[in-house]
Order: sequence, then structure tokens, then C-alpha cells
Amino acid sequence: MESPSLAALAVLLALTVRWAVSLGPYSGAGKPPMFGDYEAQRHWQEITFNLPVHQWYFNTTANDLLYWGLDYPPLTAYHSLLCAHIAHLLEPNWVSLNTSRGHESLQHKLFMRATVLVADLLVYFPAVVLYCLLCLGEIPNKRKVSLIFCILLYPGLILIDYGHFQYNSVSLGFALWGVVALSLNRHLLGSLAFCFALNYKQMELYHSLPFFCYLLGKCFSKGITCRGQLRCKSGPGSSLHLPCPFTLLLQIGVTVVFSFALCWIPFLTGAEQILQVLRRLFPVGRGLFEDKVANVWCCLSVLLKIKNILSPETQLRLSFACTLLCVIPTCIKLAARPTIGGLKLALVNCSLSFFLYSFQVHEKSILLVALPVCLIINDFPLVSTWFLLVSTFSMLPLFLKDGLLSSYIITSLAFIVAAAALLPINGKTSEDALKLKPFCASLRRYLPWFKIPQNLIRFLITGWTALDGNSSKTQKTPINRIFSVLWIRDAQDGTSHWGTWQQSAARTGNLWASPACNLLGVSLALNSISAENPCTALPAGLHTLVAAPGGGLRFSCHDLLLRDQFLKLQKNPCP
Amino acid sequence: MLSHDPDLSQGQLLTGHAPRVDVSCADGTTGFLFTSGWAKMAASRGGHVVASSSRSKEAGGDGSWFVTLALGVSLLKCLLIETYHSTDFEVHRNWLAITHSLPVSRWYYEATSEWTLDYPPFFAWFEYALSHAAHYFDSEMLKVENFNYASQATVLFQRFSVIVTDVFFIYATKQCCSCVADRKEQRSVLDNPAFVLAGLLLWNFGLLIVDHIHFQYNGFLSGFMLLSIARLFQERYIESAFLFSVLLNFKHIYLYVAPAYGIYFLRSYCFTASNSDGSLRWRSFSFRRFISLALIVSAVFAVSFAPFVYMFWWRTNRETNSLQTANNDYSCRRHSHVPAIQRTASQSSCATLPTCSKELWGQIPQVLSRLFPFKRGLCHAYWAPNFWALYNAADKVLSIMGARLQLLSPDSVRAGSMTGGLVQEFEHSVLPSVTPMATLLCTGLSILSIPTPNHSSAQPSVLCLWFRPRGPRGFLRCLILCALGSFMFGWHVHEKAILLAILPLSLLAVSSARDASLFLLLATTGHYSLFPLLFTAQELPIKILLMAIFTVFSVSFLRTMFRRRGPLLGWLETLYLCGLVPLGAFCEIIYPLTPWQQALPFIPLLLTSVYCALGIGYAWIGLYVTQFAELKPAKKKTS
Repeated sequence: MESPSLAALAVLLALTVRWAVSLGPYSGAGKPPMFGDYEAQRHWQEITFNLPVHQWYFNTTANDLLYWGLDYPPLTAYHSLLCAHIAHLLEPNWVSLNTSRGHESLQHKLFMRATVLVADLLVYFPAVVLYCLLCLGEIPNKRKVSLIFCILLYPGLILIDYGHFQYNSVSLGFALWGVVALSLNRHLLGSLAFCFALNYKQMELYHSLPFFCYLLGKCFSKGITCRGQLRCKSGPGSSLHLPCPFTLLLQIGVTVVFSFALCWIPFLTGAEQILQVLRRLFPVGRGLFEDKVANVWCCLSVLLKIKNILSPETQLRLSFACTLLCVIPTCIKLAARPTIGGLKLALVNCSLSFFLYSFQVHEKSILLVALPVCLIINDFPLVSTWFLLVSTFSMLPLFLKDGLLSSYIITSLAFIVAAAALLPINGKTSEDALKLKPFCASLRRYLPWFKIPQNLIRFLITGWTALDGNSSKTQKTPINRIFSVLWIRDAQDGTSHWGTWQQSAARTGNLWASPACNLLGVSLALNSISAENPCTALPAGLHTLVAAPGGGLRFSCHDLLLRDQFLKLQKNPCP
Repeated sequence: MLSHDPDLSQGQLLTGHAPRVDVSCADGTTGFLFTSGWAKMAASRGGHVVASSSRSKEAGGDGSWFVTLALGVSLLKCLLIETYHSTDFEVHRNWLAITHSLPVSRWYYEATSEWTLDYPPFFAWFEYALSHAAHYFDSEMLKVENFNYASQATVLFQRFSVIVTDVFFIYATKQCCSCVADRKEQRSVLDNPAFVLAGLLLWNFGLLIVDHIHFQYNGFLSGFMLLSIARLFQERYIESAFLFSVLLNFKHIYLYVAPAYGIYFLRSYCFTASNSDGSLRWRSFSFRRFISLALIVSAVFAVSFAPFVYMFWWRTNRETNSLQTANNDYSCRRHSHVPAIQRTASQSSCATLPTCSKELWGQIPQVLSRLFPFKRGLCHAYWAPNFWALYNAADKVLSIMGARLQLLSPDSVRAGSMTGGLVQEFEHSVLPSVTPMATLLCTGLSILSIPTPNHSSAQPSVLCLWFRPRGPRGFLRCLILCALGSFMFGWHVHEKAILLAILPLSLLAVSSARDASLFLLLATTGHYSLFPLLFTAQELPIKILLMAIFTVFSVSFLRTMFRRRGPLLGWLETLYLCGLVPLGAFCEIIYPLTPWQQALPFIPLLLTSVYCALGIGYAWIGLYVTQFAELKPAKKKTS
């Protein structure tokens, strides 16, 4: 079977699913006075179309920043401007200043949905296809197509972009272009693409550290030590390729500065402009977390009302410290050993740490974690699939608010079916097979009797195995999903032969991050249960079904560890 | 090289491991080992999966791919719930209401709504059964007077009823796949004919948009047909006959293909043996088989129609008197899914329940008058792409040319008589007008006899089945020819009827290269001709995408299956199919933006149906030719 037509089928199917989801409702449909993200995007078109550039981020009579003021970086604004020009061609009423507020019509919805589809098709789709075709090394073509399909079918992104309404696929697509370029050794292109991503959505900062460390490592790994230099010269022809470390660093720096300048040209008129934009991009005054984010703070607040106990300043410092603590080990590792595999894992680690610990996290930010998890879906199929499903599930309250429950169920089921059919979701249940040996060993320091409950795991996975058509083979139980994120972290230690120093550094990160990862699942359940709102009772019930095997089990294993560490941490920053 | 890390001991402590000697500390190699370790891991798992899937194939099951295909398409159907639905949605809601709230005796008299019940009794009972479930969703939809009622629960219920009943279609597809999967060749799943067939049937574009967007129940009805075909292949004749007669009582459009069934059963089942040259051996007639067959079929029909025979008219007389008058001016403007079936008498007069036959036949005349309305025009509103579309177009062109060249007087040209978008009778301007009898004659001829130069006598499709039965494959070909013949020449044919030919042709397509090329031609053209069914802007991407998916799937997979036979399509055929792309772009995107859209809205429909009629006609003739081509070598062998 020729793979081009298979790839075409995968892309077409993904497009069909996207458009079918987009027929459903969007956020804030028919809910005046504020509406939702859909209205925000439309409002930005109105603002950028009618006002001069220097007024975009300022509160003026024509630009009420309290009503969905522009709070994304310039590229988003330009994108809105482009869409606004097209909208103006089609129907001037859609973007007329002030009078178009809250405009809703079938044609307009169609137009907005089409803009998302076009942006997706131009940025995200080619990036995914190229990534799977070029960056995964020697794997069969059919597998590559399967991966294209599975990544494109990730329900979270589809639901947020085509249901809720946002343009996440643009920024994520640019970041993915960055990974593609880096893995093809085009460092300058990679940094350019990532700068675009950063200038489209400031949330891409979650991904910035691994990119930075990778490029830094690339600059120095070849040249600064004599070993690298020797190899440089001895390698046949490679000396032509490898520039002097500082040349590369300089080139990358110039690229970054140039691309930033390019995006910010209209705002470089004065310091006030730049500062105002930055103030809009990073509003610190919103509190530790919003709504029901599946992160540590939200989860912890079930037991301990951090928001009430600590001052906002301390909260900020606490979250910063936690995030840094989690991020540093993996970044050091990456800088020391810049490989593409390491980059992908570091992207997962960093973005997840940011999601779990950083200040003012929105539940949609899980998409930034989901993208790198999509990238490692070939290496850790089961874990990644499980994580992607849970990440979608963690946004359920949002989907419920938007009336996207049916789309959520269907796309998630479709993703499960696709993953079960196309990805090799099998594995053994032993510690070794799970890459859990180092982790279990570290756990046994506290719980000497600890053993992986293999029978329980097998039992829990029976459903999945049945779907996969391999129920007879108990040894291949795909249990790994239970240990989801954790496995990713431990696998990082287990499969690679790093120095022990690096291992111990990683362990520190692990110690912190892995227990918290489990909370991802549990926190939502706890929150839903604790909330009085009756409409959250459904997700709570659902969640206990889904997440109890994963989160509950892990939670119970880790709460000792967790409590210990958090108590320590709380003592320090507390006045 | 060993690593000299100060934290070695601490690392050991933490991990509890034996001290690990890192042999690959030199940079670059680590990364390589690292990634290659993954690759190996992945490869080993991949190998596992391939092995397991081949094992499951050996075990005899169709493998998990069938489940995947079926689940995938079912989920896609669920995603389409929120799409546009046509008036057929209201038609079926009304039938739910009629069957639920009225006694059986009034089902075929009820005419409060313009969408009266005009399917055979089994379908009415089916709606009756559904209505009991509907009660739990939203009982408001079960009130006859709630016109155009479409609450969220109603939409959900109706859509899910289609999706759930499609399970029968999936089962039938599975049976069909087991019929073609006989070859024991070592192939990958993607080259497996059964896989391709499952894809062609389950993901059929026409069924998806007609059932799950436009709204109808063709899925499970097609399931009956496919299952009865599969039973024929499995030589379970009685079951096959039973299924088909049940199907006829669900939807009478399948009368189109009834000749093929009738002849085949008579020839290949009732006659147990043939002479050595393939001709009929009269002595071998088995009365036992004939009677069992007749019993089965008549029992099914009796169950279906008997309640209406024994329902005395006086029981409903009082209620129906008023209804009958309403019935007489029953509007014929609906978008019907009931194409014309050629019956000798025009039963529209029976609508008034003639007193002469009331004791004898009960309500049967009324039922029949509902089933076969002849007041509708030659062509449906959208002009199905058949012979009459070409005929109409030719008439149009001739009349315009005649007027230009002043050969015709302007009075004789009744401009726009058939282009108003209404379903009605009209007269041609230049060419002779077509009557139902004429279409009946044409259909009969197209099914029966096409003379060929190679044979002295006529060697037609149904007769061919009689004189030279070639097993179930010959039957299947004849069935397709019947469906296509009546599609080409029938009275008031709806373009949806093309599915009647495309679905069975999928079965042939996976087993012979010539049929595969005809299938590509017929399916692509026929599916494209369904485009006008969905005219709303928001469904435009969906129909284009689904069409693209099906076309890419069928073209690439069939081409791979028959890659040793050379290209499937000739250059002219390829050119023709590629022509659909600019045609689609013009009709769907460019033309609506031009000012002509207001003045001449029918131009895209006309272009579509004329262009598609060419392709479908070509495929029909091609199918005839292949039948004879198959005949010739058979004859050489025997002589």
C-alpha cells in the first residue's frame, strides 16, 4: 500500500473530524454580556481592524480593555488583523467598531470556524506530517502514517480549537516546526519557528527552557571541550558542518533578536508601548489558579486552602520556587546532552512542571504539555495515549460549560479506537518492562514492602486488552498507562546511560514531579466532589471510574512522600 | 569511558542499584544509544503486534481491523448528529407519530401532514416499534399535529435510531466479507480483499450522507440486501429469499432488483441440474424446493399485508371519509425517496377506496396507491443522472437552438417548464414527451434484452441469468444491471437510488480488475451526483472531505489490489473523473458567487446531472460488455 494515499486518508479524516466538531456550539454562545473566547477573538479582529497599532494594547474610549482586551503577543494581533480584513470583505458588520459587539450569526460562525481550519491546515498539519515522516528515524511507513493519524486526532486540541474556539494549533504548530527544524539540524530555522510560536502565544514560554537549553548545549557540546573539538576535526567532513560554538551562538542570538524585532516592529516606538504590551501579556494579579485546574495547587486546596493561608506574594514565590526546582534537573541534563530524544522528554517535563506548579495556570494550558507528549507517542505509546486521554478529561468542566459533552465523548472514543488499532499498546507488567525499576527502588527506601501490584494492573487493563484483541496474552498487558507520566520520567533514567550525577539530579526532579503528576487525575475528581455545583457531579462520578485506577493507586503510594516534601517546602517560604 | 561523578554513591543510594558503569559517556554515542534503545523497543513491540494480528487472522477471525473500521465509522456517524437534516427527518418523525398515535387501520389514510406514510407495512411496523423507544426521549414528537418538531431529544433519538439500526448493516457487511475472503494468500491486512470490501461498504460515502446527514434508513435496508446476497453466496437459499421478501416489505424500491432474484431462484434453485452445455434440464425441476420457496415468500407478504386485507372498510369509514377528500389533493411536491415503480395500472384513482373491491381487498388499494404515486414527474427535483436527464438536456438544447435558428415558433417553446425545482409533470418542447408506460418499456427492455453482434439471438441480462446461470456472481451482476437499468430509465427516479447499484458492485469490485475500474467510475460519479442533496454551506466541507476520503480509499486500495493488471482506468476515464473536480468547484463554490445564481439557479443541477449521467451510462454499458466478455470464453469451453 502506498503510504502517500494512506497519509492523505489520515489527514482527510482528521479534517473531517475537526469540521464535524466545529458544527457544535462554541464558548459563550448566546451568553451576553461577556460571551466567551469566540467573542474575544472576534473582538480582537474588530479592534485591530479599526484602531491604529499603537492603541491596540491601551485602554482608550474605543478600546475597553476590560471587555476582552488584547492580551496575546503581536503575532496573534496580526493574525486577527488578517482575518478582520477578510471578514470585512465578506460582511462589514462583523468587524464594525463597537456596534459589532456580541455579533452572532450562522455565517459568522462559519467564517470563524473556517479561519481556524485554514490556520490549522497551514501551520499545524504540515508540521505534524513532516515530524512523523522525517524526524522519527527508521520506522515502517505504515507506522509513520499511524502516528500522523493519532497525533492529529488528539481530542483535546480539536475540542479547544474547534469547539471552545481558539487558535492553539498555530502556536503549537510553530513550536512543532521548531522541533522539526532542530531534529533536522537546522538550528536557526528552529529558533526562528519557536520565536514565532512565542510571539503568537506567551504560554509557549512553557516550552522555552528546553529549546534554550538544547540550543545552548548544541553550541557548546561540540566546541568547548577539547574532546568535542577533536572529534570535530577528525570526523570526515564534519568540520565543515560544525561551526565554532560562539559563531553558532551568535547566529542563534541574532536570529532570535531579529525575529522578535520583526514581530514587534510597530511597538518599538517607545518603552511605554513595550511595557504596556508586556503588562497585558503577564497579568500577575489573577491569583494562584483559576477554576478547576488539574494542578498541584488546585488539588492541594481541597485539603489546605493555600489561597487563604498565604499572601499573594508568597504564593507567587512558592510557585516559582517549585517550578524552578522541577525544571532545573531536566534542563541541566538537556544542556549537557543535547539530543532530540532528550529535547522531547525535556519538553514534556518542563511544560508539565509549569502546568503543575506555576502561577496562574489555566486548564487549557494542558495542551502545551499534550503537544510534546504527542511527540513521544511512538516511543511510549501506552503512556502517551493514557496521558492524552486524561489531559482531555481534565478539561471536561470547560467542555461541559460549552455544551461539548457529546463531542468530547465521541472524539475521545475515536482516539482510543485509533490508538488501540494503530499503536502497539502492549507491554509487560514487570518493573523492568515498565522502566520503573529506579523508581520502585527509590520508593522502597520508604516502603520496604512495596511491589508493583501486577495482578491488579492486569485486571484493570482487561478492558483495554479486549479492545486490542489480544486478551489471551496476559503478559502483554498494557498497564503502563497507570503509571503514565511517571514512566516517562523514570524511563529517562532507565533507558539512557547517563552519569550518576545526572541521575541524582534527575531524581530530585523526579521526587518532586512524579507524585504531583498523579494528582493531575485525582485533583479534578476531588474538586468536582467538593464543589456544590450539581453539574460537576457527573464528571466526578465519571472521573472516579476513570482516574481511580491511575490516580488513586498512585496517590496512595505517594502521599507519604508528598506530604513530607511539601511540609518542608512550606516551612521555608512561609514568614 | 567511566564517569567520574562525585555523587556516585548518593546515586546508588537513591536508586538502590548496583553501581552502573557508564560505558558510553562520550557524547553523541549516548544520544545514539538512547534513541536506538527506543527504536529497538518500539520495533520489538511493533513486531509483537504484527505477529499477534497475523495470529488472530490464522485463528479464523476477521481480525480487529473490522471492529476498528466499524467502530470508527459509527463514531463518525455520531459526530454528524448536529449536521443539517432534510425534510425526510420530518417525514420519519411524522410516521413515528402516525404509527404511535393511530390504530393500524388508519395508518395509510392519515393525511394531516403532507408527508403521508408511503412505505410498505413492515416499515410502518418498524416505526411503530421505534415509537415506543421514542416515548422515553420526547413524547412531543409522537403527536401528529406537531409539524416540523425537532427538539434536541428528537434529533438525538432519530439520529441514534439510524446509527443503531446500522449495526445490522455492519453485520451484513461482515458476512459479505467472509464471502470474498476465500483466497488463502499471504497478504498484509491492507491488501486483503475483505478489508477493502469492508471499507468500501462501511465507509460508503453515499450511505453516510444520505442516512446520517440527509436522514433516511437506507443502512439497515441495504443490510438486508447485502445479507441476502451473502446468504446466496453461502448457498442458504431459503434464508436469502426470506430476507429479500422481508426487505421488499420494508421498502418497495427494491422491486427494481426483484427480477434478478426471481429468475435466479427459479433457475438455479428450483432446477437442481443443468445440461452439460449449461442449458436447462427441464426434468430436474424440484417441486419441493419451489413450494418451500413460494411458502416462505408468500408467508412474508401475508404477514405484511394481511392486516390490511382483513380490515373492513366500515370500521374506519367514519373517520376516513374526511381524510379521503384531503387525500385526493395530496401534494406531490415532496422530496420523495420513493421512486416510480412501474406497475401496469395507475393506482392513484384507488385513493378514493372504490366500493367494488372493498370487501375483497380491504385497505390494499389504498396502501398501494400510497406506495406507487404516479402523479410525480418524469424526473425528480434534482434530476437524477440518468437517461432522462440527457433527454431533457437535449430537449432544452434543441429548443433553444430551434428558437435561435427560428426553426421553431417561440410559442411552442415553453421555457423553464421543468426547471422550477418542483416535482411535477411537464412536457418536452421539441422531443416527444415521455409517459410512464414509455419508461416502463425502456426499463423492461434495458433489463431484458440488448442484442449483441456476437450472438444471433438476444443475450440480455435477466435472460442470460436464465439461459447461462453462472452461479452467485452472475446473479450479482444481473442484480446490479437491473438496478442500473431501472435507474437509467425509471419514472421519477431519485438520485439516491444509485446506491442500489453501488453497494452490490463493491462486492464484485474486490474480485476482478475490470469490475474494479467500473466500480471506481460508477461510485465516484454516482456519489458526486449526490452532492446537490446537501446544499447548506456548513456541510460543504463535510461532503467534500467525506467524498475525498472515500475516493482516495477506493482508488488507492483497489489499484494496489490489482497492481499486477496495470492501470485500472484508461486515460479517458481518468480525464472524465478528474473533470468532476472543476465541475464541483464551479457548481459548489464559483457559481453561487455569480449573479446568475439568482436568475438561473438550476444551472449547477443541470450540469451535475448531465455530466454524471454520461459517466453512469458509460459504467452501465461497460457492465453489459463485461457480462458478454465473460460469456464468450465460457461458450468456447463448452463448444
